[in-house]
Amino acid sequence: MSIFVDETTTVVVQGVSPTSQGLYHGLRNRAYGTRVVAGTNPRRGGEVIEGIPVFSTVADAVESTGATASFISVPPPFAAAAILEAAEAGISFIVCITEGIPAHDEARTYNRLVQEHPGTRLLGPNCPGIISPGKCNIGITSGDIALAGGPVGIVSRSGTLTYQALHELSQQGVGQTTCVGIGGDPVPGTNFIDCLAAFEDDPDTKAIMMIGEIGGSEEERAAEFIAANVTKPVVCYIAGVTAPPGRKMGHAGAIISGSKGTAKAKMEALSGAGAVVAENPTEAGERMVAIVKELG
Amino acid sequence: MDLYEYQGKQYFARYGIPTSPGGVADTVDEAVTQAEAAGYPVVVKAQVKVGGRGKAGGIKLANDASEVRAHAGSILGMDIKGHVVRRLWVEHASDIAEEYYASFTLDRPAKTHLGMLSREGGVEIEEVAATNPGAIARVHIDPVRGLDLGTARRWVDDAGLDETARAQAADVLMALYRCYDEGDCDLAEINPLILTVDGRVHALDAKVTLDDNARFRHPEWDEYAATETDDPREKMAKEKGLNYIGLSGDVGIIANGAGLAMSTCDVVNQVGGQPANFLDIGGGASADVMSAALEVINADPSVRAIFVNIFGGITRVDEVAKGVIEALGRVDLRSPIVLRLDGTNVEEGRALLAPHLTDRLVAEPTMLEAARRAVAMAAAAGVGRTAGRATERESRESEERA
Repeated sequence: MSIFVDETTTVVVQGVSPTSQGLYHGLRNRAYGTRVVAGTNPRRGGEVIEGIPVFSTVADAVESTGATASFISVPPPFAAAAILEAAEAGISFIVCITEGIPAHDEARTYNRLVQEHPGTRLLGPNCPGIISPGKCNIGITSGDIALAGGPVGIVSRSGTLTYQALHELSQQGVGQTTCVGIGGDPVPGTNFIDCLAAFEDDPDTKAIMMIGEIGGSEEERAAEFIAANVTKPVVCYIAGVTAPPGRKMGHAGAIISGSKGTAKAKMEALSGAGAVVAENPTEAGERMVAIVKELG
Repeated sequence: MDLYEYQGKQYFARYGIPTSPGGVADTVDEAVTQAEAAGYPVVVKAQVKVGGRGKAGGIKLANDASEVRAHAGSILGMDIKGHVVRRLWVEHASDIAEEYYASFTLDRPAKTHLGMLSREGGVEIEEVAATNPGAIARVHIDPVRGLDLGTARRWVDDAGLDETARAQAADVLMALYRCYDEGDCDLAEINPLILTVDGRVHALDAKVTLDDNARFRHPEWDEYAATETDDPREKMAKEKGLNYIGLSGDVGIIANGAGLAMSTCDVVNQVGGQPANFLDIGGGASADVMSAALEVINADPSVRAIFVNIFGGITRVDEVAKGVIEALGRVDLRSPIVLRLDGTNVEEGRALLAPHLTDRLVAEPTMLEAARRAVAMAAAAGVGRTAGRATERESRESEERA
């Protein structure tokens, strides 16, 4: 099994034109085997681009194709409206990879989803997306570095470290059930706890790898959740041990404010919760491979 | 982006938040001119983006022009925690009856905005939170609904502000929230927010952090961006559109993705080295981006070895390798490079690189091995350079003797 998506997931790509990022990534996802059933573009309704039927609105696309998920990679000024359009059209799973959305837009959008569209889950923004190897890939993760068959579930705040984790495991012949990139922004639609809970409930996931970074307190909250609710082994890696306080390290959410949000505090919390905490991505991979071998 | 106090006050003024009359001065003469305009007595304040200015002697009261000259002269050029003072803010001094604290920021776990108001202002709010948490009145604000005047009025009552300050303080809070919200601030803080002896409420300081992601809808931020950093390395990187943060070590870092760049700094540190910088070149690694990154690193005199750590996902490693090779042809590098390329099409990428490898351009298969190699190279270059200088001096001395 997998979490959030599977082979039945049907995807509408928002913002499709012959030159758009959305089309580029949508076609890659389709080539991987994802069921990309529609695209949207207010000026191109009725066209068919690369075999993808284009609709003026997400609502039209849902009505005609029954799409259940949407993929958004539109520029930051338009991302919040695109997310809300998808939710209003009844999409239950939205993946938004757009980087650089203002924090206030994110906070407003998140709260509107919670208040008006409680049945909709947003993944991202500013994330690589989600891949369930062999079943579905929505986002920009390279399918080549993932391996189907489980038993590891991956959840990560960082893009390239997610790829690194997939690669470390796949190279050792250890597959993944689902790999979720939750993104490094201040108000992520889906957080560590959402993913940890889903992996805990997924019978095919036998172990969980979690990759965090400096800033905020999501890793500390995840640690509390792991201690109380997660029975499966968890291997963690936290980036940013050497990050200076008060400077944003690339991601809008990766900043140490005062004494809060340091990598050390997060590592201690996770270790205290019974998780294996690795010093670097390679070690995290090695520790996970050892755990999986022990599980048989 | 953090603003200087004077920029924060100018930003406040856009949203109708009252401040003291004053102006900016870069010289002693300008300070006197601003003081005359504001009216004596005045306060001369160092403009640096670091706390503790007052304790460091960067804030002084002046009653006349000669005192302004003396204080401005001593504060300009002063070093406050590594920040050299190049600009002053001179404003009319206020008669303070009460000092409060007010701020808005995002409460990330709650995913709502958080307003904090305290009757114990003028000191660090973290200190108040630690010693007297009951003195901070907190309000969570739904980002969809915003802050309404009724809530603001109850809030100033809860905080126990002086009766005469409450109505004005509620108005200031409404204006400060608008500044925070419409002005796309990560943080909008007034500390202290004062009640004057003659019964007026206004901001005596301004701490504003703007959300860089919102810059596309704030053309007025361009002037703040121009004064954002004093670090010449960061200025150069910014001009080239790179995501760069200067650090103090000697191993230059280039990586794709913020997480991997952070992780690369950490691994260098774990094997006994010190990163000279954080540099995230984003998802891809074209020759243009790679050249720009190498130029910035090359311009940093403390760099003695460069560690390029790229994981190819969508951007295949063979494309990355081509970009690196082309960039190396464009930039004349002072330091040796250690490359670690991994991911999609890694074999093709390594094959492309193989004929270009020398003792100044080496490749390692893993992050950890590459970090060890880079740290060793930096150490060797450090020793070599010192030895080289010594040899040069000795030969000069022997020439002089001859």
